[in-house]
Amino acid sequence: MSPDERPRIGVYVCDCGFNILGTVDVPAVVEYSKTLEGVAVAREYRYMCSDPGQDLIKKDVKEMGLNRLVVAACSPWLHERTFRKTAADAGLNPFLFHMVNIREGVSWVTADKAAATEKAKVLVRAGVRRVALQEPLEPRREPVNPDVLVLGGGIAGIHAALTLANAGKRVTLVEREPSIGGNMARFDKTFPTLDCASCILTPKMTAVKDHPNITLYTYSEVVQVDGFVGNFEVTIERKPRYVREDLCIGCLKCIDECVYRDLRFPNAFDLGLGKRKPIYVPFPQAVPLKPVIDPHDCLYLKLGKCKLTCVEACEVDAIDFAMKPERVTVQVGAIIVATGFQPFDARRKPQYGYGVLPNVVTALEAERLLSPTGPTEGVPKLKDGTLPKTVGIIHCVGSRDENTNAYCSKVCCMYSLKLAHLVKERTGAEVYNFYIDMRTPGKGYEEFYKKLLEEGAKLVRGRVAEVTNAALSKGETGKLIIRVEDTLAGQVRRIPVDMVVLSVGMEPQADAREVRRRLNLSCGSEGFFTELHPKLAPVSTATDGVFIAGACQGPKDIPESVAQAGAAAAEALALVDRGTVEVQPYVAVVDEDLCSGCRICLGLCPYDAIEFEAEKKVARITEVKCKGCGVCVVGCPSTAIDQRHFRTSYLLEEVAGVLA
Amino acid sequence: MQATVQEQRFEPRIVAFFCNWCTYAAADLAGISRMKYAPNVKVVRVMCSGRVDPAFVLEAFRSGADGVLIGGCHPGDCHYKEGNYKAMRRFLLLSRVLEDFGIERGRFRLEWISASEAEKLRAAVNRMVEDVRKLGPLRWKVG
Repeated sequence: MSPDERPRIGVYVCDCGFNILGTVDVPAVVEYSKTLEGVAVAREYRYMCSDPGQDLIKKDVKEMGLNRLVVAACSPWLHERTFRKTAADAGLNPFLFHMVNIREGVSWVTADKAAATEKAKVLVRAGVRRVALQEPLEPRREPVNPDVLVLGGGIAGIHAALTLANAGKRVTLVEREPSIGGNMARFDKTFPTLDCASCILTPKMTAVKDHPNITLYTYSEVVQVDGFVGNFEVTIERKPRYVREDLCIGCLKCIDECVYRDLRFPNAFDLGLGKRKPIYVPFPQAVPLKPVIDPHDCLYLKLGKCKLTCVEACEVDAIDFAMKPERVTVQVGAIIVATGFQPFDARRKPQYGYGVLPNVVTALEAERLLSPTGPTEGVPKLKDGTLPKTVGIIHCVGSRDENTNAYCSKVCCMYSLKLAHLVKERTGAEVYNFYIDMRTPGKGYEEFYKKLLEEGAKLVRGRVAEVTNAALSKGETGKLIIRVEDTLAGQVRRIPVDMVVLSVGMEPQADAREVRRRLNLSCGSEGFFTELHPKLAPVSTATDGVFIAGACQGPKDIPESVAQAGAAAAEALALVDRGTVEVQPYVAVVDEDLCSGCRICLGLCPYDAIEFEAEKKVARITEVKCKGCGVCVVGCPSTAIDQRHFRTSYLLEEVAGVLA
Repeated sequence: MQATVQEQRFEPRIVAFFCNWCTYAAADLAGISRMKYAPNVKVVRVMCSGRVDPAFVLEAFRSGADGVLIGGCHPGDCHYKEGNYKAMRRFLLLSRVLEDFGIERGRFRLEWISASEAEKLRAAVNRMVEDVRKLGPLRWKVG
């Protein structure tokens, strides 16, 4: 369109079924739109985003010679791209279109129909006035780095990394712990098939280690993320292992020869239940199978004095006490966040006695007690070394609870049943499950529940009031007594048991907030990362090029985490395989005639995108670096800077339209 | 003018500038959650609260707005690193200027509302509308 051509605007108001039509008098908005200056046509349609809806717009553009479009429908977050494409298909510049939000912004949030209709009219009016000023823009294209970073080496991260690596992409996998494997590596069996967790996980862990396309950084954390979709620069900090990974051959002789003969330091992998030496591998199947030295436990690192038998034992001189934290920078086109969850801290429910009463353990601890490589070699024992005769499993600890987490952690019913099965199998103990509702949706899950019932698992419906050791009768002496209202029997019961397992829920990682900030994600009120759309973009985020998978997005079990990881890998692949990515052209531009060369804008730009051109004495913006926030526009005292698509004139016109 | 049986309630006109990443997304979430709030606030979307020029605010008041609300990401959470701090600086300065002009504090507000805080958005909008309703029309419109 030439600049002197008068605007011929088409206004398209969407009913969105009854979503908009139910609260907004759409025909009235259409009639009103027709009275606005520059509007050539205004139409209503049931679903504007549907093919017939879009065709309607395209037909009008062609037949009526429209040169501007306004679509009043849902949020631009949902369909701005859709209609930009419609405009482009019709031969119109996609930026000669403006979207007016009358669903999320009007019909869904307004109770009164007259008020909603009025608000919709006002917003359409403002949109029409804004679009009349809009100028065509060319979308920017940037090259995409084909490599991908996966953050977190649990089952989700592992699966995502392998999927991408198998597709021929170079993947950097970063894991905070000394080994990959995550929480799944802690489990003995998985529900509902009772597959051995190690047997299905270990091959995948080894595949990561052996894959030529995967660079694995364990004991490392991402400390900084710069750049944008297709072009991220990620800084990784590698904590010192004090054992050189490049030299170590994994013979583990150093561990045998450590001056500490016995295992005396709590092993974090076993949640402190098992013990290790200062130099250790967290578990036998660890990947990489290279020891770590804990500087808090090692005599030499603590005191500077030791016989250094480990150094002597090492045939390849891999032990290096001079190691320092190291920083590595990688360039990637996409990032998959799979940072997982942390179990609910059972101390926050003091009535259950965790940390105070002996033989009260969390479900994750129970997993370790049931693991053949765990501290009790797979047979859960009481603190005194004897086998429990009765065990109580308490569901919903830190879930479905207004005082802690209101949400359901989804996996606890199933893993509690699994634990009940395993405890009975290993110890012969009588096992009680205390539940609020039994939630077992999933393939084969209900069948598993039935199987447990047939096995004679005892189920008591009711939220447990307390776990105590205050015995009221001889039969209760020396036992843990579970007080519960059995809501099916309609009575309060006291059930003495030897061991209590608390089925703790899933919570966001303690440092999820920092990760969120580093990657510009958002979190829901519980603190899990938020997906772009709960149904249609479940692994995408508001930050282009960053995807989420697994329990960092919300509680989920292994099959779901793996499915999501596959989806995230596919989305990342679709992005990095394209070669180029379209970036919003909302950059700032300098009018050199107006620029006084004061350089105020240089300090305002958070991306160092503005340079001072000494020869002309003006500011110059590097478009590639500019992210389009518009901070410099406001800061310019000469009004020499403006922002494309968010020009001062457009925004003032929109304000004027609102208040007209 | 003829007196009606019931005195018509004053409906303030409020212009809001919401940043695309946090507060605008919170408003979307309020919609998705079907929360109801006062229809008086009309939102102008900007990419960052740091794009809100004091001139926009003055222009809004001059054109008949009874209140102006700016919504941005929480400190430390800005999508553009620190645009919200710039917004805050400008807000504080402009608030003082507006007060000197006789525009009460309650008419000009800055709120940090993250993408997940739909309830906070609803409450902030309703509170602002009620406060401005109590203050009455501004009648600053020129011409």
